[in-house]
Amino acid sequence: MTALISSADFVCTLALFALGAIGSLIAMKSDRISGAIGTTAALLGSALALMIGSGVLISHTPIAVQFNSTLPLLSFSFGIDALSAFFVTIIALIATIASLYAFGYIKHFTPAYRLGRLGFFYNLFIASMLLVVTAQNVVAFLIAWEVMSLTSYFLVIYEYREQTNIKAGTRYFIMMHVSFAFIVLAMLLLYRATGVLDFANMAPALLTLPAQAGASPLMLGTILLSAFVGFGIKAGIIPLHIWLPDAHPAAPSHVSALMSGVMIKTGIYMMVRIFFIIMPTPPLWFGLTVLAIAIISSILGVLYALSEHDIKRLLAYHSIENIGIILLGIGSALIFLSLGLPTLAQVALIAGLFHTLNHAIFKALLFLSAGSVVSQTHTRDMEHYGGLIKYMPVTAVSFLVGAMAISALPPLNGFVSEWLTFQSLFAGIIHGNSMTLSIAFTLAIGGLALTSGLAAACFVKAFGVIFLARPRSPEVTHAHEMPLSSQLSMLILAALTLIVAIKSSFIAHTLASVTTTFGAFSNTVPSFSSQPFTIVLNTGSIISMAMIALVLILAVLLALWIVSLLGGRRRVEVGATWDCGTPLTPRMEITAFGFAHSIITVMRGIMRPTRQSSVEYQDANIRYFPAEHSVHFFTHDFATTHLYRPLDRALARASQIIGRIQNGSVNAYVLYMFLTLLALFVVISLGII
Amino acid sequence: MTTLLWILQLALIPLLSPLAIGLTRSIKARFQNRRGASPLQPYCDLWKLLHKDEVISRDASWIFRVAPFIVFGTTLAIAASIPLLSLSTRTHTNDLLVLVGLLALETFWIALAGIDVGSPFGGFGSSRQMMLASFTEGALVLSLFALALMNSTTDLFGIAEAQSMSGHLFVVPLIVAGISFGIALLAETMRYPFDNPATHLELTMIHEAMVLEYSGPRLALMEWAAANKYLIFIALFGNLFLPFGIAAAGASLSVICISAIIFFIKALIAVFAIAALESSIAKLRIFRLPDLLFTATVLSIIAIVLAL
Repeated sequence: MTALISSADFVCTLALFALGAIGSLIAMKSDRISGAIGTTAALLGSALALMIGSGVLISHTPIAVQFNSTLPLLSFSFGIDALSAFFVTIIALIATIASLYAFGYIKHFTPAYRLGRLGFFYNLFIASMLLVVTAQNVVAFLIAWEVMSLTSYFLVIYEYREQTNIKAGTRYFIMMHVSFAFIVLAMLLLYRATGVLDFANMAPALLTLPAQAGASPLMLGTILLSAFVGFGIKAGIIPLHIWLPDAHPAAPSHVSALMSGVMIKTGIYMMVRIFFIIMPTPPLWFGLTVLAIAIISSILGVLYALSEHDIKRLLAYHSIENIGIILLGIGSALIFLSLGLPTLAQVALIAGLFHTLNHAIFKALLFLSAGSVVSQTHTRDMEHYGGLIKYMPVTAVSFLVGAMAISALPPLNGFVSEWLTFQSLFAGIIHGNSMTLSIAFTLAIGGLALTSGLAAACFVKAFGVIFLARPRSPEVTHAHEMPLSSQLSMLILAALTLIVAIKSSFIAHTLASVTTTFGAFSNTVPSFSSQPFTIVLNTGSIISMAMIALVLILAVLLALWIVSLLGGRRRVEVGATWDCGTPLTPRMEITAFGFAHSIITVMRGIMRPTRQSSVEYQDANIRYFPAEHSVHFFTHDFATTHLYRPLDRALARASQIIGRIQNGSVNAYVLYMFLTLLALFVVISLGII
Repeated sequence: MTTLLWILQLALIPLLSPLAIGLTRSIKARFQNRRGASPLQPYCDLWKLLHKDEVISRDASWIFRVAPFIVFGTTLAIAASIPLLSLSTRTHTNDLLVLVGLLALETFWIALAGIDVGSPFGGFGSSRQMMLASFTEGALVLSLFALALMNSTTDLFGIAEAQSMSGHLFVVPLIVAGISFGIALLAETMRYPFDNPATHLELTMIHEAMVLEYSGPRLALMEWAAANKYLIFIALFGNLFLPFGIAAAGASLSVICISAIIFFIKALIAVFAIAALESSIAKLRIFRLPDLLFTATVLSIIAIVLAL
């Protein structure tokens, strides 16, 4: 394996993506050729990257690529160490499958939109994500990060004739650059504290010079917080998430799968790298902050998802929820580290990283199957679906598997990582050295339990309203199953949810070897013994997904056997649903809104739903006989109404006030310059700077 | 010996669960000054349903046809993974979170089957069921974690073992967690004050609304699964919160017989308590139920804090 994987392969991967990007631009005139070039290059490039990533992960031999330049700070070094290899594997896996899906999927954009443009940005997008997680140097990282943000922005506004997409894109663009400002701040402060630009040299520099003036607790705290905010915006933590539910639905669905499945994980990647590899042991308050944000993100994410009836927005809110679950693992790992419990910290970090992989798989699966539904029915409104299981059976099975996995139902993969997260939180209750910490962990367990219960409710709603019962609109009856390549890609992901669960001990073991390359865990005793198909934690907790799957299969077979054993000869008749004597119409089925309404009513203290009702009468003068009665319910994201709107108003007001000094008179401007100079002289002569 | 124990472990719940339901019904009948049906009536009902013809809605998909087998199978899987009579039937599926996950799997499929036929009843039944299930999960998980904290293991067999060894019955955190678990039990098994298992009045039913379209053998499986879940929760309550009588690993046959008798007595007491409770309180309004469930969650948190 080691002989096969070299830095040449990595360069080769990048060349393939470049070829795909440039090729699809050159062949822009013909949608057929440019679509084929763009998709094939992306597929081959991602498959090669998948080989490299998993090869490095298994063989434990990091590789490095260096692009030198004559300018002093501009040496681009890329490398794949254990952590990078894990993320390269995730990104490449999802990109491979999304590209396979694209073969059948992208055709429906023609002739309205050119496929050459899609191919160009799509290839650059995947390549930039791979560069982000392999960059070993601040400058290379920042450039790759910005390219990733820009290419994904152009993918979000790919269908530029829709006004809402442009609006979503603008919001995304602004938030990404706020995020970039915080990231640059964190990186510059790191440079100031360490004096080096290479990620690899930062950790030793911070360790050997703890008393250096640059590395004060204030400085380190600022670095941690600005990195958390900057990468948190990308990851979509609440309340910094407002771009996410708009931008993900706007992009083409295979791109949504990539954005939701892996792009937001680059934020998680950098958090892990900075918090666990570069920085020394973080203070306790920081871990608690991360844990608190994680609980808020997971609960609010799933609640807003419940109130959505746009299928892709619903999935986007679930990404926020799952980022919260990942951060529950990372936050408790940070707390354990600051308490000096590296073994527990390792389990918690493994839980977070495992959920990162799992979420990538099932979220990509859900976005791809949602994309199939949208491309067939031409609407994202769930209230117009219904009964699709009869028209798109493969898509229905894929969505069902994804829904079960994201609801953390055994025997699928979501359950394993939530189990690990629950176990680390439980260890936190026992080992938290103060009452406050134990209560914090207890609340986190309660929050996670509520979240997974609500997620199950939300996916019963989503699957039921989209695929079950009778069609609610004529578009549904014209729907067909997707082309073979798209079906195949969904089925591969569906199979992966089960395979990952059954091989969970192998994956946990791999993740353990990834984390032991971090300085913080290098001397840690193994936190669990891995037997084939079984994870045994040090605490004595055991889980075997293979066993659970086997027991479930046997039990269902037993149920079949019991019925055939006890039951007599019987007929099955097909009849009408009980209708109380009136013909059943689609309006009598439960709607997505109706399903979620009871939970929203219970949670009205948090959700703040608003209600508008209007009545039209037969005769406006005699208000006895209503002709039409309509009720509109809205739930607004609290971040928009309570945070961003006031911020927006305050900014506008501040601009108006500042605008007064710009009065158009040159004399006044000369006066400003003079006053500034004067102030500078005073400041310098007093020695303040 | 081990084989015998395994057969007991697998067969005990499905064989006895109709009796538990029948006993509850006849005790309730006594409370209402009726003679009521025989406690064995549910067996006859199941036998009758298993031999009936079946009508399936033309709107139903394969989900509706498959769901009863998955739901019933899941209750069998749960029955195989919890401590019942003896501690020797340990496997790798005994973690408390596996129990919670399997319960969620069962609820998920019943709710899907409720929506599948497109009747208004099934849909709102599923909606209410998922609302209750999601708010119950916190109370259920936290009350089990309170037990796990007291016995420092998350393995249900380990908890049962440690509890029966300690023999502490009247420890405050245990009682508080027990009350919380009891509320979760009533919610999960769809008893009063959460749901009325006897009703077919459209506006009040939850579980019955979801299985309204089922008939014949599939209805039998659904009813049987609900009965299994009832006895499973009673068994969990008996073995985790009233910790005595469970046979240790490798115990002799006579010890297992004694533990079986103790198990029956505990189950009888629980059934009587539930029947008495159902006869003495009214069903709560649906939007009052989350308050009760949040109370249960807070009780579990208090139990955890007390157990620290």
